[in-house]
Amino acid sequence: MLRRLTFLSAAITVAASMGSPAFGYMVYVSNEKDNTVTVIDSTTMEVVRTVDVGQRPRGITISHDGKFIYLCASDDDTIEIIDTATYEIVGSLPSGPDPELFVLSPDGKTLYVANEDDNLVTVIDLESKSVVTEVPVGVEPEGMGISPDGKALVNTSETTNMAHFIDTETHEITDNVLVDSRPRFAEFKPDNSEVWVSAEIGGTVSVIDNARREVKHKITFEIPGLRAEAIQPVGVRITADGKKAYVALGPANRVAVVNAETYEVEKYVLVGQRVWQLAFTPDQKTIISTNGVSNDITFIDVATDEPIQSVTVGALPWGVVVNPN
Amino acid sequence: MTLQSATGPVPAMERGFSARQYLVCLKGILIREGLRFLNQRERFISSLVRPLLWLFVFAAGFRQVLGVSIIPPYKTYVLYEVYITPGLCGMILLFSGMQSSLSMVYDREMGNMRTLLVSPFPRWFLLVSKLLAGVTVSIMQVYAFLAIAWFWGVKPPWTGYLLVLPALFLSGMMLCSLGMLLSSMIKQLENFAGIMNFVIFPMYFASPALYPLWRIQESSPLLHKICLANPFTYAVELIRFALYGQVDWGSLMLVVAFTIAFLGGAILAYDPSIGLLSRKQDTGGNA
Repeated sequence: MLRRLTFLSAAITVAASMGSPAFGYMVYVSNEKDNTVTVIDSTTMEVVRTVDVGQRPRGITISHDGKFIYLCASDDDTIEIIDTATYEIVGSLPSGPDPELFVLSPDGKTLYVANEDDNLVTVIDLESKSVVTEVPVGVEPEGMGISPDGKALVNTSETTNMAHFIDTETHEITDNVLVDSRPRFAEFKPDNSEVWVSAEIGGTVSVIDNARREVKHKITFEIPGLRAEAIQPVGVRITADGKKAYVALGPANRVAVVNAETYEVEKYVLVGQRVWQLAFTPDQKTIISTNGVSNDITFIDVATDEPIQSVTVGALPWGVVVNPN
Repeated sequence: MTLQSATGPVPAMERGFSARQYLVCLKGILIREGLRFLNQRERFISSLVRPLLWLFVFAAGFRQVLGVSIIPPYKTYVLYEVYITPGLCGMILLFSGMQSSLSMVYDREMGNMRTLLVSPFPRWFLLVSKLLAGVTVSIMQVYAFLAIAWFWGVKPPWTGYLLVLPALFLSGMMLCSLGMLLSSMIKQLENFAGIMNFVIFPMYFASPALYPLWRIQESSPLLHKICLANPFTYAVELIRFALYGQVDWGSLMLVVAFTIAFLGGAILAYDPSIGLLSRKQDTGGNA
């Protein structure tokens, strides 16, 4: 009997371990209010450690080799470089004042930073850690997206309500596309064909044709029982196969799952309060949302679009990035 | 039932029936209960309508669109309908436990139960068989309800559907034996309304079936204590944890303890030599 029980429990353990990813990825979450970065193991979904960083950490990204985290310390007017092996701050980048969000070029050599206060996009060369140039854009720049081919950079300006297309070679604005109120985030489709821009106040996601630089579709959201004002799209992520998109809906406490081919909203996934940014794990099996007001992050299974677990992190989690290794 | 050979007052029962004979008796009672249930299709439907009304109407009106905060066993935010589903499973067991107690009173009045109770099998066995029959029927109702709830978006892990079976069985046994204990105390069918008001509703509302206990504690510490003294509280929590693949050991132990107490009480109450039944029958409606 005992042997049978042991066998059964062993079988259950094996079955349980088969259901989860083979190895864990490290998830880094910037906590805007308590000036920390929380490190979470994606397999155990437990907090591994908390790292003290500069003031008001928001935008967060990681080098392609997974060795360095780049973090916008907005109130310190700098970008901090954190070593992922030691969690020490090993350097900083001259970002210009109040950096909020940035994007790393596909070759991993250049960082494009939105400076919210002085209406600039700062281009930083990572090797020399120096500013290459500054591009003047609309008022309150925030969202940053770069085409997978690295040719086009999109910056959204919150007050001008525009998506500015910047040529990455000449560093000049080539097109301006008007979108809805307070655009927050820009995300390119993997095939370079479209860029999706979320509008927080407008409550929409504009799908912009990258070739014609025109809005070709506007995605709207509707959740029964919720006021339209509570639906505020912010973070957007599109799967590597370009078939599915996830849109964080702010105070609606939901992540919308959108069919990226038909633009139909397929599902709303309930997460924590004021969901802000999203990040996939490298295997694209899980997407993680930061829930600012409830101080947690939610792991969502990409295959089923069901929330798996929420994990408490620091105060006001803002951005999230997952180590590629 | 063809076991009516006994005459006169029921003698001491242990006269060496074989296990097979016991099984024949159990089977007879189970089939009778099952048939009664199947023949009364309205009863099946009405037993489902009640929890479904709560799920579709009450939960919709009460719906916290922004989610119920995380409490174990949930690992993330859940919608209100997901939260109340285990409570509604408990509700089915509670109502049907009480309903089988109603049927006991009815049976006693109309003679069926008397036929059963004069059979030569030990009375505890007859009562337990009746209990098992009642619980089996209510578990079928719960699964029918869970199947409908699945289409409503309440989708616990599939292992939960298996693990919840023992939890439902235990909770059902507890509530049915409570019903049986109560049925021994009511004289007539009309008193069932009293049971409804004084037992079913207080038990249902003073439990975590509809709202988390921490929320009750916030508004009234006294009410929270009442909830903690309510056996139904533990039945609901046992079902809730089981439905999400976990065992709430505290609730499990309490449910087992309550079941033993209620069942023991019912067997004593129905024992003709010491129980309440014989006395009640003198004044009851089936003289």
